[in-house]
Order: sequence, then structure tokens, then C-alpha cells
Amino acid sequence: MSQHNRDYSLTGRDAQRAVETGLASAEWYHTDVPRKAMKEMMKRKDGPAIRDTVIWLGSMIVLAGIGVALWPSWWSAPFFLAYGVLYGSATDSRWHECGHGTAFKTRWMNDVVYQIASFMIMRNPVTWRWSHTRHHTDTIIVGLDPEIVFMRPPELARILLNFFGVIDAFNAMSAMLRNAFGIISAEERTFVPDTEQPKVIFIARVWFAIYAAVIALAISTGSILPLMLVGLPRLYGAWHHVMTGLLQHGGLAENVIDHRLNSRTVYMNPLSRFIYWNMNYHVEHHMFPMIPYHALPELHALIKDDLPAPNTSILDGYREMWPAVLRQLRYEDYFVRRELPPTAKPYKAEYHQLAPSMLAAA
Amino acid sequence: MSQWVEACGAGDIEEEDLIRFDHGGKTYAVYRSPNDEYFATDGLCTHEKVHLEGGLVMDYVIECPKHNGRFDYRTGEALAAPVCVNLNTYPVKVEAGRVFIKIG
Repeated sequence: MSQHNRDYSLTGRDAQRAVETGLASAEWYHTDVPRKAMKEMMKRKDGPAIRDTVIWLGSMIVLAGIGVALWPSWWSAPFFLAYGVLYGSATDSRWHECGHGTAFKTRWMNDVVYQIASFMIMRNPVTWRWSHTRHHTDTIIVGLDPEIVFMRPPELARILLNFFGVIDAFNAMSAMLRNAFGIISAEERTFVPDTEQPKVIFIARVWFAIYAAVIALAISTGSILPLMLVGLPRLYGAWHHVMTGLLQHGGLAENVIDHRLNSRTVYMNPLSRFIYWNMNYHVEHHMFPMIPYHALPELHALIKDDLPAPNTSILDGYREMWPAVLRQLRYEDYFVRRELPPTAKPYKAEYHQLAPSMLAAA
Repeated sequence: MSQWVEACGAGDIEEEDLIRFDHGGKTYAVYRSPNDEYFATDGLCTHEKVHLEGGLVMDYVIECPKHNGRFDYRTGEALAAPVCVNLNTYPVKVEAGRVFIKIG
């Protein structure tokens, strides 16, 4: 079935089609995991996330302090670059994990880190909580998932600009201003319940006040240093979360209801895994979002025989994904067909009647 | 008309856990608290109708396995987004080692 001229808008033709064809809120494939093992892995702990948060925020304070002390010398650059990654990239995964409520056992700790990370990554914590809920319900379903990065044909310029946060930050600031003026867009209304919309507006107004104060400080001191600490790191430190985030679903199938087909697990170096909070185990995360980030390696070890082989490194992931993305520039329907090991349960044909190109893989 | 229906054996549910119970075309979740009390609610999350049986029980809270929404399973109260609508709850009694829930 050809899907030329996809309509990724949440209020458009493909959204309607996805509902009509049963792709919306569908039943997804899950690997069988014994309840006892699952309960053990689902258990919430404060220890790992407290340790990681102390390292994360402590490093930011130290790096910012050195950067400020050396400012405006170029010797401050490496410290700001490292600070930027912790501000503009590590917050992506903190936002994500704390949004799920799985990072900490203690609820208020999740909520505090969620608010801090949301501010730094420039995602309204209310809007994006609901957006991500939809992403998990309808992962890479065209017209329903608001978080599809690689729309087909891919807009490479937009993707490349986002390595420096340009498009995301512009969109975030636009949304903040719109929300601060009390306007909720038609798309936002499709996934943010009416009762939550006043919270969206309140947060936008608080953020607006913070950014206005930082900009006023920069103007009054005649220095961009305040913005180097708040706001701009979302641009100059975004590259790592974009680099890892693109691998999550890039080049893989759309409109399927088996995460083994549309998500990618990639082995990564320990530093990237710290920044990314183990979201490199992305098939596992989507299949079982209840599992905290610190237990994902254990889950991976348990179910990997039922999953496609993981990519062995970030570079290996890009070697698979990038040619597929380039090919999608000319052939929108092209995607990487993930191969399952002989030990895995086959893809269920009945799950993918709506994506006949997948049937060959079943 | 309400009636007591046998759902399971008291020992069929581990402490701080739940099981699924289907009856009369409906599905329920039956819980055993850390203090060895039993409770019952509708089986499907009020957010997107995902069954709660794969969820995590923490004290008196059940967390939905799909989107991590939380309910107090004693009262059915929705505690955390994305759930906004409370769960229905059902009376439970334990007799002779069997768990009964009042439904209908």
C-alpha cells in the first residue's frame, strides 16, 4: 500500500484514516516476561536517580562556575560546551524519565526534576506530558503520533538545524508566547484535556517571566553571559540528544503495532548512556514503559532473543539509518525492515494488515 | 442485582500485587495490599482502556502499565496524569480462603 503524500498533522486526513482502520489505541505486541521478573524490574528506587541527579546538577554548577570565571576568554568554551550538553541534551532524558514517573520512587523528586528538565529542554511540562502519552499510545502512527521526527519525505535541513536546537527552540518559544497569551492551538487541543489547558497557560507565563528577566539582565549588563547560562545552552548543547534521539525510530516502519518494527535499540558508550539515561534500549522502553531507566539493561538481557539484533554503536546505528533516510527522500515508502532472530516470535501478520509491506517480514 | 462472585483463592495473589478476573463480559482487577487486605476495581484503566493486570502495585496505588497513570485502588481515585477519571470499585470479602467480589 503506497502512502504518498502523508499527512502528519494531528487533525488531518491520515489521523482520520488511522482511527477508521483501527490503528488508533491498538493492541501492541509484547514479549512474554514472567510476572515475577517483571515485578522485580518495575520496582522503583530513589538511589540510582539521586546519584545521577547529583552528578548531573553538580557537574553543571562546576562547569558553569569555571565558564563564568574564564568568561569572556575562549578558554571558557570547553566548559560551556560541556555545560551545554548537560543543559540542552541530558534534560531530554530527564524530562522523559521523570515524565513517566519511573526515575525516582519518591513522587515529588520525579516532579521537581521533571519541571527543571522541562524548562531547560523548552518543553511545556503539561503539553509535553500529554504529547508523550500519545506517542506511547500510537507510536509512529501517521496522523496520531505528535512526536514523529523523521516525517517522510525527511526534511533534512530541519533535522540538521536541530542539531543546534534551532527549529525546536524557535517552535518552543513560539508556543510559549502563544500559550502565555492564553491561546491553545488546535493540535494541542487534540491531546491536552480541557482540564489541563489552564496549567499549560500558567507554566508558559512563568517561563515567559523567567526569560524576560534573563534577557533584561543581559541587556542591563551589556553581556550575553546570562543567556549563555539560561536559554542558549538549549542551542549549543542540543547535539547529543538529537544524535541519540534520531536513532529511536529513524528509517524504520510506520503504521505498525509492533515496537520491534518501528523502534531501535543501540548499544552506546557509558557517557552517552548517562546523558541519555539508557533510552538507547528503546524497543524495550516502548514495549514496557513501566521499567525504570536503571533496569532497562536487565530487561534487555531478558528479552533480547525476541528482538531484532541491536545496533552495536551509535555509528553502526547511523550506518543503518542514514542511507534509509536519504532513500526516503525519493521513495517515501522505503524503510529498514528489521530482521528477527530465529529465537523470536514472528511478526504477527494480523497485526499488520494495514501495512502490507510488512507482511513479507511476517 | 448485585451478587457475590468468587474471584480467586486468597493465596492466588501475591502481597502487593493484583490479578485479572473476568466475569459476565466484564473484566476486573483484584488486589492484595501489603497489609494482606483485598480490594477490587474495574480491570481497565479509565484513560485508554489498557488492562491494569500488568501494572505495578505500590502500597495502595496501582500504576497503569501503558502510560503510568495512577489510582488508589481502595477508592478508585485517579491520582496522577494521564488518568483523570476514577475507577469503579467493588466490595470484597474473603471466606474460607476464597476471595469474593460483589458485582452486578
